[in-house]
Amino acid sequence: MGIRVIQPGALTTVQDLGRFGYQQYGVPVAGAMDPRSLKLANLLLGNAPGEAALEITVLGPELVFDETNYIALTGGDLGAVLDGKPLPRYRAVRAEAGQTLRFAGLKSGCRAYLAFAGGPDIPPVMGSRSTYMKAGIGGYQGRKLEAGDGLKFRDPQPDLPFPERRRIGTDFIPQKLYELHVIPGPQDDHFTEEGLKTFFSEVYTVGAESDRMGCRLEGPAIEHKHGADIISDGIAFGAVQVPSSGKPIIMAADRQTTGGYAKIATVISADFRFLGQLRAGDKVHFILVTVEEAQTLMRMEQNRFDMIEAFLSRDT
Amino acid sequence: MENVRILPTGDSSVSVEFGNEISEAVNRRVRAYRLVLEKAGVPGITETVPTYRSLMIHYDPFVIPYGALREKLEALLAQTDQVGIPAGLVLEIPVLYGGEAGPDLAFVAAHAGLSEEEVIRIHSSAEYLIYMLGFTPGFTYLGGMDERIAAPRLTEPRVRIPAGSVGIAGTQTGIYPVDSPGGWQLIGRTPVRMYDPARDKPILPEAGQYIRFFPVTQDEYDRILREVEAGIYTVQTHARKEG
Repeated sequence: MGIRVIQPGALTTVQDLGRFGYQQYGVPVAGAMDPRSLKLANLLLGNAPGEAALEITVLGPELVFDETNYIALTGGDLGAVLDGKPLPRYRAVRAEAGQTLRFAGLKSGCRAYLAFAGGPDIPPVMGSRSTYMKAGIGGYQGRKLEAGDGLKFRDPQPDLPFPERRRIGTDFIPQKLYELHVIPGPQDDHFTEEGLKTFFSEVYTVGAESDRMGCRLEGPAIEHKHGADIISDGIAFGAVQVPSSGKPIIMAADRQTTGGYAKIATVISADFRFLGQLRAGDKVHFILVTVEEAQTLMRMEQNRFDMIEAFLSRDT
Repeated sequence: MENVRILPTGDSSVSVEFGNEISEAVNRRVRAYRLVLEKAGVPGITETVPTYRSLMIHYDPFVIPYGALREKLEALLAQTDQVGIPAGLVLEIPVLYGGEAGPDLAFVAAHAGLSEEEVIRIHSSAEYLIYMLGFTPGFTYLGGMDERIAAPRLTEPRVRIPAGSVGIAGTQTGIYPVDSPGGWQLIGRTPVRMYDPARDKPILPEAGQYIRFFPVTQDEYDRILREVEAGIYTVQTHARKEG
């Protein structure tokens, strides 16, 4: 029951908002690369915003529904097709038992989120259903989906109330140049004036080696004062690490908990929605903001979620 | 407090840095401050991660915004040197040295100009401080290895090192918590699982504790392994004698 995987696609994993509370033990957080799209998909279905869903990367899978349930697809446009008809994004859709979901090919972004009403039936590991592949924990047996896998629904809702109302405008809009707002530090003082100027003025290109661990950027080298090494300390989601090559790496969901390279700045939470959608060739530019400004933007994003949730949970 | 810096690491965490060196004294202040925060129970702090010389503090800005958090953290700094840290707990970790379990013991001994028995004696006589965990679930960064048994990394890293392997790289020693590739010189293996996701407490060691290795025979190794697999083995611990 639930869904069966006919073809797994390039990289399809179960993710929620991540595994918190275990970083002190060296356990990476993992979780959705684009947490905003994950939350929106869940809100559309009346799920808790942090419910687990499928994170689908670039080349989508082929899935057969063995059980009728409402689904919602958000994030990048990977060309989803349900039984031959394009599947609209950013709205709740009833997938009937026997229907097949395919993905024709990438049109925008990098990752789509497919949520199921009631969530997938996956046991949490250390409080989270997120897959962390390197240690083989969480998600579907600690790994990406493979052909032949079956994923059950925990509490399917074939008759979700007010289905017509469960739609919002397309939230992810691809950009020619992604402006990522960053807070300087924790090691901005490890870089020369020139290095900081380079970082904030140049345009960087997303490299092909990027993955869930980090987004590797190509572009002018950022100059350190006395080398790239620091005494290892903690790494936050969005930390921009600059190794001795001078090429920045934005640390993402599967980052290690600690690391020994100087971090020039950290991408703000409100921009993770772009970070999770970057793919090779995309252009990025960094803009300096204060912590206070970043927290105001976080608040605005949360207000939007609250409004959507309130609108969808009206009982008339 | 002088030399302490509160550095923003994005909009939902800060790093409180107590110094710029790897030393037991600095690491002790990281632990002391963590204890101060636990006792104070600051609302909005969601997770703290101790590292060599800093404490990373994750927080919920909707509960406590940056400015208020900073003020609170600064006010609590004064207590760092007053809080009593309990004596570190020493974890007794059994190790089968040499043979298939430690294929590089002979190399380490030859490199040190010592016998294998002397390397084992030196390696198992120290109490190693767990400065922090990181790199992979349950990996401990240990301090305090005797430099006489230091050894370079392998020139060709192994593709797969079994979990429990005990190795030396430079002046560091450590345990591989999961099967992984690696370039450390392997001198032995422990049957104890440092990391087991299915266990109530998935990760055995904690930052601030100490590890002491003790040599066991093949028979003892096999017996402990059976007990570990049956879930009935308890790692022996004792409070460290300070000073």
